[in-house]
Amino acid sequence: MYGSLELPNYLDPPLAVRERFDRIGQRPTVMEVQNLGRVFETRTGDVTALNDINFEVRRREFICVIGQSGCGKSTLIRILAGLDYPTSGQILLDGKEVHGPGPDRGMVFQGYTLFPWLTVKRNVMFGLLAKGESSHKAEIDARMWLNMVGLSQFADAYPHQLSGGMKQRVAIARALANQPRILLMDEPFGALDAQTRCQMQNYLLQIWSAVDVTVLFITHDLDEAIYLADRIIVLGARPGHIREIINVPLLRPRTRETLLDPYFLATKSRVEALIHPPEEEKAEELHFPRLVHVNDSIM
Amino acid sequence: MKAAAFLLPLAVWCLVSYCPYVWHPMVKVTDQGGSAFLRPGTLIEKPAFAEENGRLQTAGKPVAKGDPANPIFLPAPHEVGKALYTAFTTEPIRRGDPWLHESLWHSIKIIFWGFLSAAVVGVPIGVLCGTFGFFARITEPFVDFIRYMPAPAFGALAVAIMGISDAPKIAIIFIGTFFQMVLVVANTTRMLDASLLEAAQVLGAKPRRLLSHVIVPGILPNLYNDMRILLGWAWTYLIVAELIGASSGISYFINQQGKYRHYDNVYAGIILIGLIGLTTDQLLAFFAPKIFPWMPGAAGKRSSITVFFAGIVAFIGSPRSERILSRPRTSADLHETRAQGTAPTRRPIDMAAQEKGSDVDVRIA
Repeated sequence: MYGSLELPNYLDPPLAVRERFDRIGQRPTVMEVQNLGRVFETRTGDVTALNDINFEVRRREFICVIGQSGCGKSTLIRILAGLDYPTSGQILLDGKEVHGPGPDRGMVFQGYTLFPWLTVKRNVMFGLLAKGESSHKAEIDARMWLNMVGLSQFADAYPHQLSGGMKQRVAIARALANQPRILLMDEPFGALDAQTRCQMQNYLLQIWSAVDVTVLFITHDLDEAIYLADRIIVLGARPGHIREIINVPLLRPRTRETLLDPYFLATKSRVEALIHPPEEEKAEELHFPRLVHVNDSIM
Repeated sequence: MKAAAFLLPLAVWCLVSYCPYVWHPMVKVTDQGGSAFLRPGTLIEKPAFAEENGRLQTAGKPVAKGDPANPIFLPAPHEVGKALYTAFTTEPIRRGDPWLHESLWHSIKIIFWGFLSAAVVGVPIGVLCGTFGFFARITEPFVDFIRYMPAPAFGALAVAIMGISDAPKIAIIFIGTFFQMVLVVANTTRMLDASLLEAAQVLGAKPRRLLSHVIVPGILPNLYNDMRILLGWAWTYLIVAELIGASSGISYFINQQGKYRHYDNVYAGIILIGLIGLTTDQLLAFFAPKIFPWMPGAAGKRSSITVFFAGIVAFIGSPRSERILSRPRTSADLHETRAQGTAPTRRPIDMAAQEKGSDVDVRIA
């Protein structure tokens, strides 16, 4: 895609990046996914949504999962969160197998799933109270987390009074307040406009660097995935399977200039090729009725 | 705007009442002339009046005179307006009969107890039906069965069991609203955004907490509106309920006045019921945004009347098969939506099944 540009090899990053991945590799494993598969039974026959998914996530790693629509991204994260179940394989969290949803895996959804009848503060307190914390302690904790996402002055507002970006910040605070081992994010910024999205990415990176949390982030936006992730899991479709796990050859902290880094472009070019393989790129030719007669060609 | 909705019908009523020759099919005799049977004040149909005058003319007697008038069952607005006042101040014709305000108060008490008992039992059952698929499957078919039986049909039974006091009347209101309420509340519960339940589960909420801290507060505003509409239904059952056993309350008043041919009082009674209903409904609508401050634009913003008529229009407009207000989705339905690749929008929130993970919809992103 960047044929005219001289791009470095994304598999051969600078020494500092390689050393960083060595350090990450020495951290303990938080989540391990083994031979995970999911088959949906439909009337027309079985549909394999996920097939033989294997990966592990190290502590405080930032993983992005990317893939074209229909490749089972959401099914994967729903299974990891315990909202769906695998038909084969297992998920280990700190070495122990997990079933069903639990507070050890926080989740931020694409739709704003704040409880509309609770104030922002009470939303953040929800998980803490469910855990059995006293309301006094839960309130102190909630204020701390709201402060962290920069919304302390909105503690007593209701969700409908907030903008989309603010709602997702509350959702992040709510998920983090439970101090989950891993934070699962299902296209959390998908519904936001480009500018807010960019802000939110920076917010998320700041929060992530300040809090001891591992992130697994689903997106369909290449730039977002490369900008945020340490490693990118690229899923292929029909059935959903891992095409490649890419170590992003970029150092942190990252800024908007990172988007122009040759290694960024090299990675993007690679991911693009993985998601849209050339043989599939030939779209079926469409025949439009000639409704409008123009003389000029737009080419 | 709300007042304007009343002005048009009132204008039509005035037009018919005060403009002669718009309708006025009768003649009110003012001077009997030579007639043997007409008396001043008698109401007689126009053709009969003309015929009698023709007979008088040929007999050479003085003709009768009269003004055009409406039938006795259509009193003019001012007469009804006066009756609205005098009905409260006039002593009952039969000694021992209750005054109007006593009748009204009696009716309100019956509605209150009937509706309250229906809500106390019906709302929890409805919420359970909407939450647990299992509960819905063992309850709703029977509720559907009873729902189609008209509540007044139970009147004779209620009197036999509970005597002729107020108890059978309260029972009729209960039967009339309870079964509808279970289905309406179950349906409202099912409409709750399933992703809120998922969010709560991921935050560590267990089924009991889901019910008390997510489902119940989540459906409250809609539940409140359901109650407003169901309260209106309770009033429609009131009239029948009050006529069984020993008649009482506002419908007894209306019936008695009808027998005395005091139709202005009959209208006054009917209008009073409407006014009470409208007032309670408007009060409830007024308080809604204060009770539910989290609703964007607040719950009661749509006028009660629009909510009510939108409901009726939607009900009448829906095909008969869909009129059953709510029923658990069968597995066949689920398969159908699966085959189409879309998540079912309304499905029973089967939490037990969800925990086992056997009732989870297909979402392949």
